[in-house]
Amino acid sequence: MEQQTWFAAWVERIEYIWPEFWTATVETVYMVAMSTVLSLALGFILAVYMILTHPQGIRPRPRVYHVLDVAVNLIRSFPFLILLIALLPFTRLVLGTTIGSSAAVIPLTIAAAPFAGRIIEGCFLEVDKGVVEAARSFGASDMQIIWRVLVPEALPAIVLNIAVLAITLLGYSAMAGTVGGGGLGDLAVKYGYYRFQGDVMFYSVVVLLVMVQAMQSLSSFVYKRLR
Amino acid sequence: MISVTGLSKYYGDHLVLDNINMTVVKGEVFGIVGHSGAGKSTLLRCLNGLESYQDGSVRIAGREVRDLDRPGLLDLRRGMGMIFQTFNLMNRKDVFENVAFPLRVWKTPARDIEPRVMELLDLVGLTDKRNARVQNLSGGQKQRVGIARALALGPEILLCDEATSALDPKTTTSILELLENINQRLNITMIVVTHQMEVVKRLCHRMLLLDGGVSQVLGVTEELFLLPPENFRKLIEEEYTLIPGGVNVRLMFPREISQDAVITRMARELDIDFSIVGGKLERYLDDVFGFLIINIPVASLPAVRDYLSRIDMHYQILDGSGATERQHERAPGAAIMEGIRTRKSAIIRKGLGRE
Repeated sequence: MEQQTWFAAWVERIEYIWPEFWTATVETVYMVAMSTVLSLALGFILAVYMILTHPQGIRPRPRVYHVLDVAVNLIRSFPFLILLIALLPFTRLVLGTTIGSSAAVIPLTIAAAPFAGRIIEGCFLEVDKGVVEAARSFGASDMQIIWRVLVPEALPAIVLNIAVLAITLLGYSAMAGTVGGGGLGDLAVKYGYYRFQGDVMFYSVVVLLVMVQAMQSLSSFVYKRLR
Repeated sequence: MISVTGLSKYYGDHLVLDNINMTVVKGEVFGIVGHSGAGKSTLLRCLNGLESYQDGSVRIAGREVRDLDRPGLLDLRRGMGMIFQTFNLMNRKDVFENVAFPLRVWKTPARDIEPRVMELLDLVGLTDKRNARVQNLSGGQKQRVGIARALALGPEILLCDEATSALDPKTTTSILELLENINQRLNITMIVVTHQMEVVKRLCHRMLLLDGGVSQVLGVTEELFLLPPENFRKLIEEEYTLIPGGVNVRLMFPREISQDAVITRMARELDIDFSIVGGKLERYLDDVFGFLIINIPVASLPAVRDYLSRIDMHYQILDGSGATERQHERAPGAAIMEGIRTRKSAIIRKGLGRE
């Protein structure tokens, strides 16, 4: 009987927090998905430029590479929370607001793009130099080498690394949430920390953990299929 | 076809190729030989513009490689296939796609790709592997795919960069047979970079020996193996421990002579005794040559030299350290050189005359 009461109370509690919980989960998925896609796109362009201008690259231009290299390191060395606040005026300029999940996507993307660029550049560099040389030996152009050799050959490694990127962004999104972006991180802090509702914090962390595990498993699965 | 004059290349201040001169005629198989780091792969890459050069000239069918603009360079490379020690295939693609790759790069109409690829796979004997993943192939099969890919665009020149160095001896032989076959059937000019003497002997009409970026020896392969200059002999011949005392004589003979019992007849006629130090029969291109090192008493030397000259046999006198005393050397026996001239190198001579 006592058991039954405890269970009923638990169900009631879940029903009570469910709407906010669901909204927060959707916000987190939205922030992570958007910023992953956008930072991948920006990072890909960056990585193409870096592999072109790399001293051992397709069209070596060491000075241009050096500038890109330093810029990437500069943005990556910013602690995300600082970058988030520093970018507030920029976000307001672009979207007219700094509140909401969409507003969080901008600093998330800017913080993750150099990281994505570095990851993709690393995947490109891993591609066997000999295969690139073979393509050059029968007259493939630079663009053909990128699209027909580097991208297809590096694709499995890139897929594997997308999980690393998305998981990093999941962590960042919790921080972005606390300054107005919403999401599970925000929920955990607001209810769990400020209002001493330990269970909300616990459930938030469980959902985040499931998300990380799911992203990692999915990318490993796709990697195995591609390779 | 290919003419290199005064070619020099530096990496920074480091001279990697020093004043290289060579000419290759159509249909010839030309070997570039040397130890690793001798600059042979760099020289090969200067031919298709994968490496730049600072001084001198590289002309391919009349075109100066350095002066070509971007489209011109891509077009030059279209006419020059290349195969590699590490095969350099795309591991994620199957055999068919690897061979089709150059065709797709040059925008061959889709309906022409399949028959062309199948023709190439037939040439290299891999028709049954068309859908196999490259990573599941053996080394020899991978190199066959590499050869098919290199020939896809119908090049006039095939550059081979240590193509057999990663293969076991048996597979090496089969790849060499394939290359020989391709050279004869398609009349493709080949530049073969290698450190393996068996490859040179088996395949190359003429060869260039490089050491430290400097051209050491350039000549017809058989002549160089029969009458090896000092710096080449060190590379080709395992050291025989010469018998101290007496005189060591290195006899060289083509198959016609080796079938006669020259040595025993000499011993009978001159009534001398000798010891055999070492010897070998080797295959050069499509013929067999041999050499034998014997040790004779000093007193018999004049008689032996006289006898060898009479039967028109080529020989070298070796001193104890294995180095040749050049003054004792005779010019190659007329019969041997005549034999060489009528064989493969005739093609080259004809070609050289035309240029």
